[in-house]
Amino acid sequence: MIKRLFIALVLAMVAVIFLDLAANYRESTSLSPLGYYYVDQGPAEVGAANLVTAVVVTYRGLDTLGEVTVLFISAAGVGLMLRRERKTGSDEDSDARMRTHKPSSEIVETATELLLPMVILFGIYVFLNGHLSPGGGFQGGAIIASGTMFLLLALPESHISRLLISIMESLSGFSYVVVGVLGVILAGGFLDNRIMGLGTFGSLFSAGAIPLIYVFVGIKVGFELSAVLDRFREDSDVS
Amino acid sequence: MNGLPLSTIVLCSGLGLIIIGLFGMLTQRNIIRMIIGFSLLDTGIHMVMIAIGYVTGGTAPIIDAAVPAAKATTMVVDPVPSALVLTAIVIGLGVTAVMLSFAVRIHQTRRTLNIDECAESKW
Repeated sequence: MIKRLFIALVLAMVAVIFLDLAANYRESTSLSPLGYYYVDQGPAEVGAANLVTAVVVTYRGLDTLGEVTVLFISAAGVGLMLRRERKTGSDEDSDARMRTHKPSSEIVETATELLLPMVILFGIYVFLNGHLSPGGGFQGGAIIASGTMFLLLALPESHISRLLISIMESLSGFSYVVVGVLGVILAGGFLDNRIMGLGTFGSLFSAGAIPLIYVFVGIKVGFELSAVLDRFREDSDVS
Repeated sequence: MNGLPLSTIVLCSGLGLIIIGLFGMLTQRNIIRMIIGFSLLDTGIHMVMIAIGYVTGGTAPIIDAAVPAAKATTMVVDPVPSALVLTAIVIGLGVTAVMLSFAVRIHQTRRTLNIDECAESKW
């Protein structure tokens, strides 16, 4: 009873904290000064048509590097928590368990084989066009990982190479930092996108290093999330 | 006055989701349900942030034929909250993945998802 009272009290206090925000909320009619600067100067300074991308990759590039790091650490944490215990004969056990999977129907298998390349292609499209249209590295990576999910659900026996995942992930993460450091040497500062020409505004090869960075982020996120999904899959086989 | 403005609806439902998520995290004893509560809380916060960045009549901050660069400052919503929410979604995903892996681990070692049965590891 007293516990319920405390819970009600906590919820009421949170509600009071936000009440002020909700009661005094007025839709703003103009941009904040910072937002105004980004919208006003962004197209000329960064050359990206998608201004959210300009903020995420260039103006707040360091935050994005931190974000990629957090995602990497959480993927590593999942890998550590769900690592497979090495027991003698566990391989045969898991093989036997694998075989007890009911195979997917032919329709599901054929659909997977047809659709999987398109899902991955769409993910690549989304992160390549991150500076022009809604989307970007994280979104494209998530779409690629949903393709992996699709594969794991439809064909549970399919094997995803751990080695390939770790090589691609490390390479793309490393390249991202190298691009950032090149910004210090060739342009105005860390992660400055003007190390390459800004190109024609609105074309695919524009906005300097933003497409390059988003390709690295997309590959990294795609492989990282695939590794997380793979971890959860394998573990459900063990237990 | 023709109804509530869109951003007020988004803000209020976001606040509602925050309260519901917190309520779920505090009252549920099943770990998976607590994680669902966390996700609701997370989504509610994203909605509040998006509502704060909304500018009346604004569109997505993407420069193209419909939103020419010269007039963009009067036509688009604030890009900064959108960028922050993009970051927050990814962090939320990472946190949820780690929590779920803890849940899997607890279920493996204790064969239960009830938090009350893990009371000895409380402190």
